Amino acid sequence: MGRTFSEKVLGLKAGAEVRAGRVVTVSPDYILSHDNSAAIIQEFNKLGVGNVRCPKKLVIILDHVVPASSEKYAANHKAIREFVSQQKIPNFFDIHQGICHQVFSENGFALPGKLILGADSHTTSYGAFGAFSAGIGRSEVASLWATDEIWLRVPETIKIEIKGSLPSGVFAKDIILKIIGDQGADRANYKAVEFSGEAVKRLSVASRLVLANMAAEMGAKNGYIVPDESVIPWIKDRARDEFEVIASDQDAQYEAVLDYDVSSLQPQVACPHTVDNVKPVSELEGLRFHQAVIGTCTNGRLEDLEVAAAVLRGKTVHTQVRALVIPASRQVYLEALNKGLMNIFAEAGCLILNPGCGPCLGAHQGILAPGEVALSTANRNFRGRMGSRDAEIYLASPATVAASSLEGKIADPRRYL
Amino acid sequence: MSTGRVWKYGDDVNTDVIFPGKYTYSVLEPEEMARHALEDLDPDFAQRVKQGDVIVAGRNFGCGSSREQAATCLKAAGVQAVIAKSFARIFFRNAINQGLPVLQSTEAADSIESGEKIDIDFASGEIKTGKGVFAFPPFPDSVLGILQEGGLIPYTAKRLKESQKRRC
Repeated sequence: MGRTFSEKVLGLKAGAEVRAGRVVTVSPDYILSHDNSAAIIQEFNKLGVGNVRCPKKLVIILDHVVPASSEKYAANHKAIREFVSQQKIPNFFDIHQGICHQVFSENGFALPGKLILGADSHTTSYGAFGAFSAGIGRSEVASLWATDEIWLRVPETIKIEIKGSLPSGVFAKDIILKIIGDQGADRANYKAVEFSGEAVKRLSVASRLVLANMAAEMGAKNGYIVPDESVIPWIKDRARDEFEVIASDQDAQYEAVLDYDVSSLQPQVACPHTVDNVKPVSELEGLRFHQAVIGTCTNGRLEDLEVAAAVLRGKTVHTQVRALVIPASRQVYLEALNKGLMNIFAEAGCLILNPGCGPCLGAHQGILAPGEVALSTANRNFRGRMGSRDAEIYLASPATVAASSLEGKIADPRRYL
Repeated sequence: MSTGRVWKYGDDVNTDVIFPGKYTYSVLEPEEMARHALEDLDPDFAQRVKQGDVIVAGRNFGCGSSREQAATCLKAAGVQAVIAKSFARIFFRNAINQGLPVLQSTEAADSIESGEKIDIDFASGEIKTGKGVFAFPPFPDSVLGILQEGGLIPYTAKRLKESQKRRC
């Protein structure tokens, strides 16, 4: 009987042949943290060890509230910079670089076969490059900084086989929303999700990241897509380290295999207040909203901005809508500038914000008032997430958000593409 | 044996309603976190919760963000345990790492009512209510060790101290 990707990677790390269900003690290749590093440092200091065990493994990227919006946030950032300097942590990315998951990927840490743990639930993203990557909590990160060891349970794997070719105006975001809507927010709890099939093979790096990023919204421990010839050159151009592609065996044992065909998929929208409350855009057309968000670790990459710009080019955002555009990273920002996309957004009446998490987690830059409705390209729409508990958040693709911004109400992007 | 009064909630109680994102990087002390516990789900909770109370919920408790404050704020508010039909993975780890017992029992979660007083016997792995006795899966020794030390940080600190001693 063959093994799944997760069984193989965790087995290699543990130095044993393992199957799903086994608990292993492992050392990760990289440990990610962001603004929460300030709180992690507090916990680390209680451990009485003084020094980080392997400073080279730490990757710290400030993105959640950048630049600092209050004295408290500023003090957190300052404490992190001081710690980075004291502990001689080489991989530190300050507030100007962008969202951690994008910066981590662009800088060649997200590599096939690596074990990456991060103090952020969307650490699942690096499965798009064939890494085993999972979110953990702050205490665990502090403990890892000191011990370089953690226990992990080898997860069972759900394979999602996606056939067909995406119709025009329908994107990876629509695929993953459809899957989460069908399967529910806890279908993959404690499990790995492996995306495969002809439709996945045709997806770009950015689109693969959407699937792996949102695997977290099915409860998944990690997402995985086998890195093939269409992403290996992208990875090689950036890789910080040697890597080895690890793939599931043909006869690997899956907990379930789910089949999808996206040939006739419509644009999808997740409705308040859970990500699995998904409807086709046709059922929501005409619903008025106040704030559009195009960005985040799910959909703030160049291809997302290109699609949004294609919809918005030469047109003006509806007078009742505040449209925020947030490039995922400085690099995405530069590429968008060079391609003239920022002119299109500015001319259309969008507000362009600095790279970072923006208002996605409700800390700054576009908080919602009671009774307001947002339409966002983000990955989460929980009650109160973007401000008032009496606000509502709908989630969709960049194309759907851009088209809807023109009409001031939820609209089908296929009319514009 | 430990007695507690129950606060009952439904499925998919997520970390944003347990501890809103707007506080995640500005509120750092557990006592202050406790004042915002469950703020966007049940605004009365933080004012009225008492030491030893128990939260009972449905499926996928703690889904969403990895923010550990979702566990810290409940523990600091006095919650002695959370009983649910299932827990989201990261919350499950975070709760144990904060020394907050998380007990999985569909039968108990279905049967227990809000405001009810229940007894939890951590040693025998039983929840005792007016309607019966419900078993929950016992914790493995590694997890028990973390809970007994009051969380992963004190547990790791002790372990590191001992390993340093051994080396000398």
